[in-house]
Amino acid sequence: MRRRDFIRNSAAAAAGLSLSMPSILTKTGLSALAAEDAVQAGVLFSLTGGLSIIEKSLADATLMAIEEINANGGVLGKPIKPILEDGASDPKTYNEKASKLVIRDKVPTVFGSYTSASRKAVLPVFEKRNNLYFYPTYYEGYECSKNVVYTGAVPNQQLSNYIPWIINTLGKKKFFIVGSNYIYPKEMAKVCKILIEQNGGEWVADEYLELGHSEWGAMVKKIKDSGCDVVLSNVVGDSVVAFYREYKNQGLSYDKLPICATVTSEIEIAAMGAEYAVGSFTSFPYFQAIDTDINKAFVERYRKYVNDPKAVTHHALESSYFQVYLWAQAVEKAGEATPQAIVEAVKGQEFDAPNGHVTIAPENLHTWLTPRIAQWGADGQGTIIDEYPEPIFPLPYVAYGETQDNLFCAEAGLDTSKL
Amino acid sequence: MADTIFIGLSLASILLLVALGLTITYGAMGVINMAHGELVMIGAYTAVMAAIYLKLNMILAIPLAFLVAAGLGLLIERLVIRHLYGRILDTLLATWGISLLLQQAIRLEFGLSFINIHVEGLGSGLQNLSVPEFLNQAYDLGGFTVQPYRSFIIVVTIALAALTWFLMYKTRIGIQVRAIMRNPQMAAAFGIDVRQVSALTFAYGSGLAGVAGVMLAGFKTVSPDMGSSLVVDGFLVVVMGGVGSLLGSAAAAGLLGEINGIIAMVTNDIFARAVVFALVIAVIMWRPNGLFSFKGR
Repeated sequence: MRRRDFIRNSAAAAAGLSLSMPSILTKTGLSALAAEDAVQAGVLFSLTGGLSIIEKSLADATLMAIEEINANGGVLGKPIKPILEDGASDPKTYNEKASKLVIRDKVPTVFGSYTSASRKAVLPVFEKRNNLYFYPTYYEGYECSKNVVYTGAVPNQQLSNYIPWIINTLGKKKFFIVGSNYIYPKEMAKVCKILIEQNGGEWVADEYLELGHSEWGAMVKKIKDSGCDVVLSNVVGDSVVAFYREYKNQGLSYDKLPICATVTSEIEIAAMGAEYAVGSFTSFPYFQAIDTDINKAFVERYRKYVNDPKAVTHHALESSYFQVYLWAQAVEKAGEATPQAIVEAVKGQEFDAPNGHVTIAPENLHTWLTPRIAQWGADGQGTIIDEYPEPIFPLPYVAYGETQDNLFCAEAGLDTSKL
Repeated sequence: MADTIFIGLSLASILLLVALGLTITYGAMGVINMAHGELVMIGAYTAVMAAIYLKLNMILAIPLAFLVAAGLGLLIERLVIRHLYGRILDTLLATWGISLLLQQAIRLEFGLSFINIHVEGLGSGLQNLSVPEFLNQAYDLGGFTVQPYRSFIIVVTIALAALTWFLMYKTRIGIQVRAIMRNPQMAAAFGIDVRQVSALTFAYGSGLAGVAGVMLAGFKTVSPDMGSSLVVDGFLVVVMGGVGSLLGSAAAAGLLGEINGIIAMVTNDIFARAVVFALVIAVIMWRPNGLFSFKGR
């Protein structure tokens, strides 16, 4: 069948169908109306595949925020209509789904991605079409896009309080840096080394294992033999579980040789069994244990929303939630839902998120966040033992010498001469 | 050095644990069982569920996981594999399909997640199994750290290998199995009920996979796709050791485990993995039938 025939035939079939079934006609008529009467937003996370465990929770938090905003009247007097797509834990699928959302659905914004790989895969779509992406995960930095709003932590927001605290408060000076073998842990290690040297510590090793590797016997033995007095872990995903379990199996204790992690969140702790992490540390801007009314209410609402009284909240999940509010405020301020207007209006937007006060930095579209350090307890929750008095500025290029007085990524774009 | 050898031994025991069941199903029955890893996964989930609902500790979950995995193996044999004996590529495809089915069954909580019922212990999330305290406390023995959990895995593996050897070489059914391995038609001509024995053999191999699952759950995450990488390791051992040879599997597992452990200590795990693959390729180039193989007729 030729394409034209197909279109004609299916149009005829559709007409026949709507004649015989008026209810369908009204229904399609309604949804067509709704599309004009609603502000659309894409929601793009992996609902299937290996990453779905975590990304499903991010999608839930996003949809929950949209539902809450809609219950309070939506934006510009219209409800937000989320269009949910599945990235299927595969960067290529991410790219296709992002194109679909931007080109066919013509959404003004997409909320999505957990991994850097999936963000890098969709980036060309948003830059080429001058659309807007909201990315909720902590990541390695080294990116300066005018089409992405980053609401997770960048390395300086996880490490600039952490390393000095380890050296001065814990009194540990010899670091063993270990991570999964890809860009995020490697960039984190770079920042760690800068900070360790600035603070008068030293690092004895910098080792990597494949992502998903679950045999930690040899690595933990190396840690034991290295003479280090603290382990800085940038290990990601379910490797974390095997790592902490092996640590205990080989008789290492967090009292003598603590693991200080940058990625081990409530989700990983729940997956390994809390008893294996008791006494270890993690640095994040958000923990479920943050003791404020606003956070307690948030955890309560989230648990109700996903219908699971034991569900845990974590940093990327919380960012997925509050970034929708920042976006809604920006849409209100812009007065129209186009990507260009929203990105201008989102600069400097502030919100009282569960983790505290957050602000989008106009310079680089990253987010001011409050670094915190928690020690894990037997209940799988952290006790916050150190936190910055206020949010700090995001520096995506801190590994290359960026400071707040000398920005590499500013409103004009990336100054490559400084790299 | 002793520590390094111990790590190698531990790696070897895990390889053998996974490969043991495969040695039997692949060796005795010529079935490339791609679902072997998923039977390991089922064993792990049995232990997790038993801990949640029956409050069984890990050690008591071992026989339970054996029975569940063996029962499932019997079912798979009766429903699918029975019809495919002698068609080795078809069994590969069919068992791969079964492996996908099993993964999704766990992930979708046997379909209950469609109607919004959540079963604790199932689903796409990560699960974990607590290990009894006495298997968790490492102690020092003159500078050498004794790791009770890894030691326990080694002991269980040796016990299962010995049991399997005993069944294969010292019992009547073992003789029948070995007869079928050599020549099924001739065995049938001598009055051996080939179908019955094959079904039991497959169930036993599956049961061993279930036990491996419980042991692995003690130090890895339990997730629906944990089995897919294990089956590769299992086949490495079986192919290198020689199809159907228990001794060969044990030797191959020992060799690969020690080499992996030592190279991982000297350089890193990524390089060690590459060396292991290179070694297996070299061995099957040099001896296409593996290290220990008997002459088939």
